[in-house]
Amino acid sequence: MDNKVIESNIDNVVVQVGTQKIKKRSQLAEVWRRFRRNKSALVGMTMFLILVFAAIFADVISPYDPLEQNYSIRLQPPSAEHWFGTDELGRDILSRIIYGARISLTVGLIAVSVSCAAGCALGAIAGYYGGKFDNIIMRFIDIIMAIPAILLNISIVAALGNGLQNVMIAIGISSVAGYCRIMRASVLSIKEQEFVEASRAAGASDFYIIMQHILPNSLAPLIIQATLRLGGAILSCASMSFIGLGIIPPTPEWGAMLSTGRDFLRNAPHVTTFPGIAIMYAVFAMNLMGDGLRDALDPKLKD
Amino acid sequence: MTKYIAQRLLMMIPVMLGVTLIVYTLLYITPGDPVDIILGDDATPEAAEKLREELGLNAGYVERFFIYVKKLLQGDLGICYATKQPVATRIAQTFPNSLKLAGWSMLIATALGLFLGIISAVKQYSLFDSIAMVFAMIGNAMPNFWQGLLLMLLFALRLKWLPASGFTSWKHMILPALTIGTSAAAAIARMTRSSMLEVIRQDYIITARAKGQNEYKITVNHALKNALIPVVTTIGIQFGRLLGGAVLTESIFAVPGVGKMMVDAIKARNHPVVQGGVLMIALTFSLVNLLVDILYAYIDPRIRSQYK
Repeated sequence: MDNKVIESNIDNVVVQVGTQKIKKRSQLAEVWRRFRRNKSALVGMTMFLILVFAAIFADVISPYDPLEQNYSIRLQPPSAEHWFGTDELGRDILSRIIYGARISLTVGLIAVSVSCAAGCALGAIAGYYGGKFDNIIMRFIDIIMAIPAILLNISIVAALGNGLQNVMIAIGISSVAGYCRIMRASVLSIKEQEFVEASRAAGASDFYIIMQHILPNSLAPLIIQATLRLGGAILSCASMSFIGLGIIPPTPEWGAMLSTGRDFLRNAPHVTTFPGIAIMYAVFAMNLMGDGLRDALDPKLKD
Repeated sequence: MTKYIAQRLLMMIPVMLGVTLIVYTLLYITPGDPVDIILGDDATPEAAEKLREELGLNAGYVERFFIYVKKLLQGDLGICYATKQPVATRIAQTFPNSLKLAGWSMLIATALGLFLGIISAVKQYSLFDSIAMVFAMIGNAMPNFWQGLLLMLLFALRLKWLPASGFTSWKHMILPALTIGTSAAAAIARMTRSSMLEVIRQDYIITARAKGQNEYKITVNHALKNALIPVVTTIGIQFGRLLGGAVLTESIFAVPGVGKMMVDAIKARNHPVVQGGVLMIALTFSLVNLLVDILYAYIDPRIRSQYK
């Protein structure tokens, strides 16, 4: 009898330890569980992974060299040999689109990471400390915000010169403002709430409060912004290349491809259609994924 | 509140000076001599030097900036290199067109965006919600310039219902306004929906429902008003994007607006026009931002009380 009691007690301890273990990694697992249940988010992630795959293995999966010209097959419509047809210089459009994924993803990921980190730091400082900090940072942001992104982008690229790196710098600088404003707005609305006050009363440092309380509570709008900006950065890059200030031909960039295809809009619409679809596909994938992440991360939607 | 608005208007002066400085610096480091572009390759060195002196290009970075600001404060934005007209005149010719286009686009965007967003949130997971959100997703993901080309191909080249380019009648406005408006509508719809969904789950909505309040009043008076703050931010941001989006769209549809003028000017190294154009757009955008902040105070009494 006694033995049984002891045994069951031991069982309880094990179970408790087990639950605690599960709890420790539950945050991420919980988010993943909710994300997984969201069909459109999974579709978005799959689309995104396909894009990443295409970008990494472009050399292997491209049927042709994206730069190889062949004047005898100019502007051919889609066929068994050239699935997406050929462009005005007889280059295979499918191969150019696959290689284009590399450029678009690089621009998107790097530009967004840099601007997100910088914008969040600036926004948190401005919102949390207020006063002089707020004034200086927000006036700087006002200046950046006062110039529409595309104009700032093309002005920066005009000054620095065309090319991948300068396009990323331009997009990175011009999108800092969005994160900063969102972060600041979140901080302003959260810092007055009771749990933050309680934490302050308990003697928590400013850094601890920002990292532990404010940042996790601001994640949802930031993730929406970051994933939307990921798509947005790809769009910006394409837009710049479209007007000839950004990544220029013969580099297989989607916006530049659309731009040159413009002259053949009436007779060979496929030259613009496929790059257009490629841009839309990439942005669409990131938006779906962003929405899924939002739903998964937002504790208010927890069931 | 009046004091706040006056303060903000005063604060706009340093912001505009900041914009002037940034654009001036960017143009300063931009490679390519405007004189070579104006005179062409076969100009004599003497003529080039004379023109350089005339345009004040021989002065240093700081000196030129102060000369520019001094003239700016007197209302002189410089002379367009291409047409030899004052930049102010060129802006006066093009700005109303851009404003008209932006106004119509914003109207389409706000009306469509709010409508889709609210209904989607209220009828979450319904067929309407799915269709509206797919529309919003596509609208958001589709590059403006490609959408413009497709609309042009369909309505102008194939069906011949609407003109493909120019800006002489209201018919010319439809395709560009639609091109710019739909992507902004998509963003507004998404933000309205997610913001409404967040608010709809709050306790006070359940309380209102428990009290027997009708659904329309709950949606409009309780939910929408509280959900509007992020939406208003989005609309403000969209207006900026829209002024920017106009840059591409105006070029595609050959609308004689500030955007097209500036793209042409950047490519032609027509610096005074770029500088003046950016300043004008920046000023408009800052005024819209101020308007958005005033709207916050109007919507949210908690924010309003901070201004008293």
